[in-house]
Amino acid sequence: MTGTLDVSLWRGAAEGSFRRYQVPWRENQTVLDVVTWVQRNLDATLSYRFACRVGMCGSCAMTVNGRPRWTCRTHVSKVAANGRLTIGPLQNLPVIKDLATDMQPFFEKWQTAKGAFAPSKSRTDPIETIVPGSAGRLAADAAIECINCAVCYAACDTVRWNPDYLVNDVRDAANVERLAAVAADGGCHACHSHQSCQEHCPLALNPTASIAGLKRRAAQAYLTSTIKL
Amino acid sequence: MNVRLYVWQRLTAALILPLLLVHLIVIFYAMRKGFSAADILGRTRGSVAWALFYGAFVSAVAVHAPIGLRTVLIEWTRLRPRSCDLIVIGFGIVIAALGSRAVAAVVLP
Repeated sequence: MTGTLDVSLWRGAAEGSFRRYQVPWRENQTVLDVVTWVQRNLDATLSYRFACRVGMCGSCAMTVNGRPRWTCRTHVSKVAANGRLTIGPLQNLPVIKDLATDMQPFFEKWQTAKGAFAPSKSRTDPIETIVPGSAGRLAADAAIECINCAVCYAACDTVRWNPDYLVNDVRDAANVERLAAVAADGGCHACHSHQSCQEHCPLALNPTASIAGLKRRAAQAYLTSTIKL
Repeated sequence: MNVRLYVWQRLTAALILPLLLVHLIVIFYAMRKGFSAADILGRTRGSVAWALFYGAFVSAVAVHAPIGLRTVLIEWTRLRPRSCDLIVIGFGIVIAALGSRAVAAVVLP
């Protein structure tokens, strides 16, 4: 594959516009390579975010030809057969500059939903034995690979329509405080099950199924008066 | 949408579905039999069963529809959640009032 790619990159913040660049089209090239080439060779003022370049950190997510993707794990040949690329910042998050979004609202909602491990033991207690094949441990596999890249959040129609809506990783839904947090207004029950999060997740996780599990658990907890609103 | 509204919406949906099917079947039955308005009113007036049936139907709809409308208003308008609540409570009262009036007209002797 030779020639040039016609690349449009978002420049500016909330107000801004796409600017077009010509980038050499290579045989083996990721979308992140293209953005980096523009920054190194055409316009050093271009802002974007990346760290690991191998799909571990989740910091390089952008909107590529309308879909939220990890740019480091997206080959140009897969998404730009006609040689045209349009790359913007992730949606549903405030844009800091160009292709870099402010992830703070996403992480704050994560905190509000109590999506963090709440330890129940101290270092003096014996280490808890977790049987790898136990039902509880296997259930945790469903979302354990999540790296908080916010691709699901950027793909979510409910977030687009209702900025209060939370998205949460479900690891310890047994925690009553967490269930109460996600059962409130703008919580898991606001999910329309459009499944965009599942469709776009680079790790092929299924947050919709996890959210459905939260809905069930929270409804049970509410009906048995375990949680109050 | 919180868990309380979610549970009410699902419970009323579970109630509405069978009631709706019976309602449709009754409409088709009455049409095929060629019943006149007087024939129908003759069967429904003074009937406790039809009063309970349509009373339950109207009650369930008056709870179910405002919850769905509230989600639409929150997602598609810039109204504050409190304003949405007030609007849909009003909407529920209107449904309940119009529905009760219709039920009363067919079942009261």
